[in-house]
Formats: sequence, C-alpha cells, structure tokens
Amino acid sequence: MLPVINVNQLSASYRKNKVLDRVGFEVRPGTMTSIVGPNGAGKSTLLKVLLELHPKLSGTVSFFGETYAKAKERIGYVPQRGSVDWDFPTNALDVVLMGLYGRIGWLKWPKKLHREKALEALDQMGMADYASRQISQLSGGQQQRVFLARALIQDADLYFLDEPLAGVDAATERAIMDTLKLLKSKGRTVLVVHHDLQTVEDYFDHVLLLNRTVVAHGPTADAFTRENIFRTYGGTLRWMEGLSG
Amino acid sequence: MIGLSHNAQWVLLSTLILGTAAGIMGCLAYWKRQSLMSDALSHAALPGVVGGFALMGFKNLPVMIAGAAVSALIGALLIHWIRSSSRVKEDAAMGIILSVFFGLGIMMLTFVNRMAGASQSGLDSFIFGQAASMVRKDVLMMIVLASIVLLVAGIAFKEWKLFLFDPAFAKGLGMSTRWMGAIYMGALVLVIVVGIQAVGVILMAALLIIPAVSARYWTQSFKWMVVLSALFGGGAGMIGTLISTYGKGWPTGPFIVIAAACLFVVSLAFGARKGLVVLAVQQYAQRKKLRRTTFVQQSALERGS
Amino acid sequence: MSYAGWILLTASLVGLSCGFIGALLILRRMAMMADAISHTVLLGIVVAYLVTRELSGVHMLLGAIAAGLLTSVLVQWFHSRGVQQEASIGVVFTSLFAIGVVLIATKVGNAHLDVKHTLMGEITFIPWEKIELPWLGAIPEAVFILSLVLIVVVAVILAFYKEWKITSFDPALAASLGIPVVLMHYVFMSLVSVTTVAAFDAVGAIMVVAMLITPAAAAYLWTDRLAVMLGLSGLFGVVSAIAGYYVAVWLDTSISGSMAFATGIVFMISFLGSPKHGIVAKFIRPAVPSA
Repeated sequence: MLPVINVNQLSASYRKNKVLDRVGFEVRPGTMTSIVGPNGAGKSTLLKVLLELHPKLSGTVSFFGETYAKAKERIGYVPQRGSVDWDFPTNALDVVLMGLYGRIGWLKWPKKLHREKALEALDQMGMADYASRQISQLSGGQQQRVFLARALIQDADLYFLDEPLAGVDAATERAIMDTLKLLKSKGRTVLVVHHDLQTVEDYFDHVLLLNRTVVAHGPTADAFTRENIFRTYGGTLRWMEGLSG
Repeated sequence: MIGLSHNAQWVLLSTLILGTAAGIMGCLAYWKRQSLMSDALSHAALPGVVGGFALMGFKNLPVMIAGAAVSALIGALLIHWIRSSSRVKEDAAMGIILSVFFGLGIMMLTFVNRMAGASQSGLDSFIFGQAASMVRKDVLMMIVLASIVLLVAGIAFKEWKLFLFDPAFAKGLGMSTRWMGAIYMGALVLVIVVGIQAVGVILMAALLIIPAVSARYWTQSFKWMVVLSALFGGGAGMIGTLISTYGKGWPTGPFIVIAAACLFVVSLAFGARKGLVVLAVQQYAQRKKLRRTTFVQQSALERGS
Repeated sequence: MSYAGWILLTASLVGLSCGFIGALLILRRMAMMADAISHTVLLGIVVAYLVTRELSGVHMLLGAIAAGLLTSVLVQWFHSRGVQQEASIGVVFTSLFAIGVVLIATKVGNAHLDVKHTLMGEITFIPWEKIELPWLGAIPEAVFILSLVLIVVVAVILAFYKEWKITSFDPALAASLGIPVVLMHYVFMSLVSVTTVAAFDAVGAIMVVAMLITPAAAAYLWTDRLAVMLGLSGLFGVVSAIAGYYVAVWLDTSISGSMAFATGIVFMISFLGSPKHGIVAKFIRPAVPSA
C-alpha cells in the first residue's frame, strides 16, 4: 500500500538553528499518529515544513506519492490556536465556511448549501449553538472546536493538527478525540502534534518521537517505550520516572 | 453641490471615490497589522513624485504617479529586507525608510524648485495635498485607479478575508499567499500614490487608518466593517474637500483628516460595539442589577437574622 | 565662531541628543512613537503660540512636552480600548497634526509660523538668531537650547541608567522590582518631545525622525552592549549631521534633507558591513552551525 506521507532526509533551520536534522519516516493510511518530543524539538516546524509554510534546507517529502502542491486538496491543517488574531471581526460559522473557500472557488460567494454544511460540521463538534457567536467571545476550547470543524468540512484524506489539545477543557478534549477517531474509522489519516505523554497510549495507535531527528517511530505499543521516551527527552524527563512506573 | 464650479464638482467626486478606496484598503491594512506601513510608504513616495517631475520637466500626473509607485515599492522592499535579514525590528525599519526617503525627497524638491518655472509646478502641494489644483484629466485618472482598487477588493472578497485572518490556512487551500500579498501591496501603493495629490504624503496614512479604526467600533462582521470604513472614508474625503474650498489656499489634506477624526470621535463615543456611551449604559445597568441583587440578599439576610 | 562652525555645532548637538534618545527608543520598540510625537509637537507649538502670541523657546518647549504627553496618553488609551497599537498611533498623530496644520493655515497666517519651516527646518538662519549670555557672549539661541536639552538628556539617562536598561529589556520584571515603569514611560516620552522640539528649528519635524531612529538602528547592528550602543548612536548622529551638511553645501540643496539622507547612508553601511549583524558577514560566515 502506498504510504500517505513519505519523508526522506528532511532538514530545516529556524532562526539560524538547525531544528530538523535528516528526519525520515513513512505514515500508512488510516493511522492516527502523535508527534511527541520536548520543547524546541521541532514538532511544529516539522508540520510547517511538510505543509511548505516554512522552507526546508534539504530532503524530500511526498504525499500520496505526489508533491505537496498536487496533493494540497487532500490535506487539512489545524494550526495552533494562537496563530491567528481572534479579534478579527467574524463569527464561528464564517470561520468554518473558510474551509470550503477552496472548493467554492474564486469570485463566487458561499451559498445556502455551503452554510448548511458548515452548520453540520459545527454541530458535529457540539458547537451548533455558537454559530453566530463572535469568535473573540468563544472560550479557548470552543475556538479549537471551531478550527476542527473547519478542517472537517474540508473533507480531506490527511489531517495535520498542531497541539489541538493544548489548554482546552475536558469536554473539548473529548469532542476532538471522538472526531479524530471517527475520521480514522473512515480510513482517513491523522497526525497530531501532542504534548501530553500520559494520554499518548490511550489516544493514538502510532507515535513519532522527535528530537531534531526521529528517535523512534512505529505502533505505540512498540515505539512508546520507557527507553525511547528517555532517549527523546534526555535528562529533562526525570520526573517521568516516578510517574509512569 | 449647488454653487460649486464644474471643476470643483469633479474634485469632490474624486475625493469621494478616493476616500472610499482608501477606507477599503485601510481595513485590509488594519488586519494585516500594517497601519503604519501606509504612513511609511506614503512618505517614501515623495522622491518618486519629484523624480517624475524632474524627468518630464513639467507636471505630468501619470509619470509622477508612476514615479511615486516605484519609489514607494522600493521603500516597501527595503523595509522587508531590513526586517527579515537583520535584528532591526519592523517599526524601526519603517521609521528609517520613512524619514530617509522623505529627506531624499526634500533634497530633490529643493533642486527641482530651482529649475525654471518649477516653483509654479505645485510640487509643494504634494506635501499637504491640494485637491483644488487638480484638473479634470487628473480627476479622471484618480477615478480610474481608485476603481481598480475597488474592483480588486470586491471580486476576491472572501479570499481577502481568509488571507487576513489565517494566511497559513489560505495557503493550505491552495491560494497563493505570495501573490495575494503582492496584489495587496500593489493596491495599497496604488491608493497611496493616487491619494497624495489630494491629501499629501504626510497625511495620506490617516485616510487609510482612521476610517478602518472608526468602523471597528460599529460592527462584528468583516463585511460591514469594510462597507462602513468605505463610507467613512468617502464621507471624510468629501466633507474635508468641501470645507477646504472655503478658504483661499487652504490645504485639503488636513481638512479631510480632521473630518475623518470627527467621525472617529463619534464612533468612539456612540459606536454600537465598545462605544463609550454603550459601555457606560451597560455598566450602569450592571451596577443597578448588582445593587438590586445585593439589596435582595441583604434584606434576605436581615429577615433571616 | 564662523557661520559654518555654528551650523556644524548645532547639527552635532542634534545628532548627539537624538542619538542617545534614539538608542532607547529602538530598544523599547517605540520607533513609530517618535514619528508620532515629532508630528504632534507641531500642535503644541501652535497652541502655545496662539495662547501667548510669542514664539519664545520656553513656551514652545512647554507646548511640545504637553503635546508629546497628550499623544502618548491618547495612544495608550485607545490601545487599552481594543485598537491595535499601530493603528492607535496612526489615528492620534495624524489627527493632532492635521489640527495643527489647519490652525496655522486659518488662525496664524504665514508670517510668524509656517508649516514648511517646522517640517523641514531652516538651519541656515540659526547662526543669526543670537542671544546674549553672561560669560559666553552672543551665541545662537538654538545652540543654547540644544545644549540645555543635551545636558538634560544625558543627565536623565545617566542618573537612571540601570532603570532604563531594565525597563527597556523586561518591563514586567522591572515592575515586579518596584520600578515605576509607567512613570518612566512618560518621563521618556517627555524627553523625546523635548529633544524633538529643540531639534525642530535645526532639522525640522520629519528629519528629527531620521536622526532619532536611523543612527540608533545602525548602532544596534554593531554592538550588543547598551553603553556602546548609546555611544555609537550619538557618534553616528554627529557624523551624519556633519556629512549631510557638507553634501548639502556641495550640491546646494536642503540641509535637513541631506542630513536625513546621510543617516540612511550610515545605516546602509552598517546593514551591509557590520561584522556582527551585517549582510556581508552573514554571507561569508554561514550562520547555521553544523550539527
């Protein structure tokens, strides 16, 4: 089976520092992978380089055996919540609608059909009541759900999520994870930058341990071992010793 | 409008359209967080205006506008270059380009003013704007250029919104943010160079900034913010021009800016969203409610004791 | 002293005081605030003139400080009410400046105060407007005022040197240490206004911005130490002022415009050639350390 993502010898730098060094991995379709690593390990940068939002120094990346430009339509991206200005004058429904802009096409305005679809996506995230709410008046978790609804409506085959569970409430965390599992059951592929080591085993079937390069990658049961985690986090993880024992 | 000369009516129409276009581009600039960029670019246009004049030897608006555009774009590129490849931050980079280009412009202006007949060129009017000095041909050109801006903003409205709100996502949808950025910058420079004839290089930025900020006080929707900003901009352009025709030799720019500032103060006070009066009423209502509940609680306590 | 000597002294004084203030401006990321204040002091001067009907140095200074403080208070207020900082600066300074220009155009007339003069400065007249001082004899009024301002600027910077350093670098920490951050902000804004208005006569409003921002930004590319940056910034200011003057004389053009342009050249040289942060240095020595 053709891998969904194939990354080979990928290197990138950020503010003069090399943050990704010869990263290589493959992702199979229908899997749910968490990308885990310490702060500054290059997790977000990896996502941005894959999506060509940040330049790479060297290496190759292919999606569904094609370049990013050709596969773009099949890829959905949920950026970190802090990456946009939530004071922007628009409401939740409108943000979700943005997920359809590519399909609506230039010069055309969104129609009723599109609005209904957006409302449906919001409903799926349990946010239907907030459709006309100003985005600055949503809580952090609600904003994250709006972002996820926007990704859902894209109906992509491959999803990238950057820290979707950071700083959200328990209800949002549940809603997001249910949605991701639903996507997986439909055969979609999901990659999530994740920060909470304790939930990795419960939430994801694959894990990619990253610290500037790939430390370990594979099914969670095989790759998420104490030794690999220790190698990824180095000395910074002493507190884990007593915790996961 | 009655009582105005034929030419004055043309001038009025042109500042109306200019204000509308500036109001729209100002909204885009506001959400691109580049309000002061417009100030830097309009100052940076001065060497081009003077250069265009020197090149032709007489006042030829299309050449001068082209010169202004070239010089403003060079300024924009330099700001980008300084910011992206050194530790100097954007605000300082803008300050540098703004003042150094303006200095260069003044140097050139002094030169050109020595040329025979140049003192009558009305070059000085580019500093504060002199809408009244425009002739019908100039006005027509302003109208055409401003209409281009209206068109650009109008036909890709939802794309602009996404581009401003979440450029990374826009890129993921297959939009070329590089091209959109270039078109945005082109349109911004176009409004600026068209506007400096009427408003002047020093105050052109106001026409881009103030209507957008004022519109922010009225609405939660981007679409309405753009519409209101366009209305405020157009209104300010017209009112300012009208007032400046009452005095002999009064510069148009400052009057347009003051008209815009008045609209801003009104918005600040009475704006439906976060306007001072609205906030005061809300606070009053809240306090009253609070007082009533504490009163109820207190009386309940007293009854209990 | 000779005519050219007075002009060079005036320009150097402007370069020094602007350079010192500018270094702090850059570090506090308030470059555009300087742009704003350099415009709004016009309103302060006009109002001071309309109230007193006099064009004396003291009234102008007071008017300028008031206008500068009004600008910073208004910018801060709008910002705290949800307007982006940048846009808030833009609204305030263009409005106040426009009021100043209109007041000049309608109330003052061109005889006493003219907009072009305040915008572009007319350094060529400075050596003739002398005042008599004890011990010193007749010196140009602008030189006297600029020297006073320079002394005040240097004194205030030196007296609170470590406080300026910490409030510029980490205002939150400074506040937690009990340093009056807000008060220092407004003191600083007053210094900017005073420097601006004193430099007004010599180089004009817009060229003050060049003198404030550009030499300091150039110095920022050469050093990582505040003391060195202050020194270099002042030095660059003086060098551009003097070089600008001679270029203007040579080409027979606007002196203030030429000085502003000279600061740009100094910056460009630093931007390209600075051994620490210059473009050429980066090109020769690729910054990515091999892993």
